[in-house]
Amino acid sequence: MRQPGSPQPPDPPRHPVSPAVSDPQDDSRRTFLVAGSATVGASLLPIATLTADTGPRQEEAEPVSTEIRLTVNGRERQLAIDTRQSLLDVLRENLLLTGTKKGCNQGACGACTVHANGRRIVSCLAAAALYDGASITTIEGLSNGDELHPLQAAFIDHEGFQCGYCTAGQIMSGTACIQEGHAGSAREVKYWMSGNICRCGAYPGITAAIVEAAAQERQS
Amino acid sequence: MIPFQIQRASSVEQAISSARGGARYLAGGTTLYDLMREEVEQPTRIVDINAVPLAQIRLDGDTLVIGALARMADVAAHPEVRQVFPLVAESLLEGASPQLRNMASMGGNLLQRVRCPYFRMHDAACNKRLPNSGCSALEGLNAGCAVLGTSEHCIATHPSDVAVAFVALDAVMTVQGPRGHRTFPVEELFRLPGSSPHLEHTLEPAELIVEIRVPTGPHTKRARYLKVRDRASYEFALVAAAVALHVEGNVIRDARIACGGVGTRPWRMREAEQILIGQRPSTELFARAGDASTTGARPRHGNAYKVPLLARTVKRSLEMAMEVPA
Repeated sequence: MRQPGSPQPPDPPRHPVSPAVSDPQDDSRRTFLVAGSATVGASLLPIATLTADTGPRQEEAEPVSTEIRLTVNGRERQLAIDTRQSLLDVLRENLLLTGTKKGCNQGACGACTVHANGRRIVSCLAAAALYDGASITTIEGLSNGDELHPLQAAFIDHEGFQCGYCTAGQIMSGTACIQEGHAGSAREVKYWMSGNICRCGAYPGITAAIVEAAAQERQS
Repeated sequence: MIPFQIQRASSVEQAISSARGGARYLAGGTTLYDLMREEVEQPTRIVDINAVPLAQIRLDGDTLVIGALARMADVAAHPEVRQVFPLVAESLLEGASPQLRNMASMGGNLLQRVRCPYFRMHDAACNKRLPNSGCSALEGLNAGCAVLGTSEHCIATHPSDVAVAFVALDAVMTVQGPRGHRTFPVEELFRLPGSSPHLEHTLEPAELIVEIRVPTGPHTKRARYLKVRDRASYEFALVAAAVALHVEGNVIRDARIACGGVGTRPWRMREAEQILIGQRPSTELFARAGDASTTGARPRHGNAYKVPLLARTVKRSLEMAMEVPA
């Protein structure tokens, strides 16, 4: 059985994916990463397909597509998706917003946390078709231009990460934790951040960053 | 994942009519969509019920009414739920993670499927996933499995926390289907595995949970949910106890006890309740109630620890209920 926290390959695109939208915010590094991961993806595909295909099938059915509208980081998007796609895969593969990470892909690790209509959710367990009309905020939508969100800055100040894979999810969950009013103490933060796992064990820094950003927000 | 059609319903009637012929309802998706990805569940038609207006949370006189599509987080944070039904709020907050509680509906919570590892393992036998294939947990990894209500065909526990609170508080639920609506105790939603563990609940095809109603009583405020697990939060119960006491003049007038993590469904402890009623609260009395809760327990090689843990969890939760300010 898969263990929570082990990075998963993207679900194999056995369906038509709407063409990638070019984003003016894209820099050359992201373009490079996308090109690189396409090559890796191709070499991994047979394994990923095998994994996903285990188990009995009733019949080979045709993929079903549907249209959804999303407002992602303030920008309206109209997308043709496969009904099977998760919100996570739509963000990463259709919109190339790869800041949101796929960890366990089963709701256990929190790496894929985004805000939907202002509430934190795990985007891996969100069937994208259910989110027609929703407003989504990802880690890419948090900063104000080059000015980091206070919690992003606090994560740097307190070294709230090591490898960084869980960090986007931690920060999205942390901003919601503060908004909900559940960041009054380290103890409270630990309880209300329990849906975000950090394999490196950067919890002391993560907790300190959230407590400090919450205190700053109360003062401002 | 098997390709599936999706239809959106915006009323109960539309949902039921769309679900005829074998479609499945999808609300938060935290169980069903996950299991579809694993191809443990293979529906080819889905009815998205999120636009059906069933998300209300309100007091109707002395009764708490929770719409089936209310989210776990909203019920747990509701001021009247916290004040009048602390057991409901506490059990909800002890389940899942903040993200999942924002997504998961109350109806879906009751219908969530088991967390026995073999249920998701296609290369292992599991009578729930594939009837008559056998039960790998009987001789396999069964530390998390049930000791009450088991059969030779399945020993998986029901994973919900709030269902345990509902069973303790005599909550009832209303469901609506092609043949109209009916109301019955939440406890009667869950089937014992017997020889057909793939049948987990008593809903008929296309029936939709509409609401859950929890009655108040003199016991509802002196109530606690104690969940014992491998880590402090975001983990399923090894053993959990939901208890509610009505104490007057230092005598226990009424007692409700239900346990999770030990039964193949949320398990009401009526024998232990009878030991308490009419008695003065004491450590010795609570220990006897704890011991009585294990009557009929049938542990396996990996979960024998649950029997003494169950007795102690019931005893400790009763002590915690006595510490609630009157």
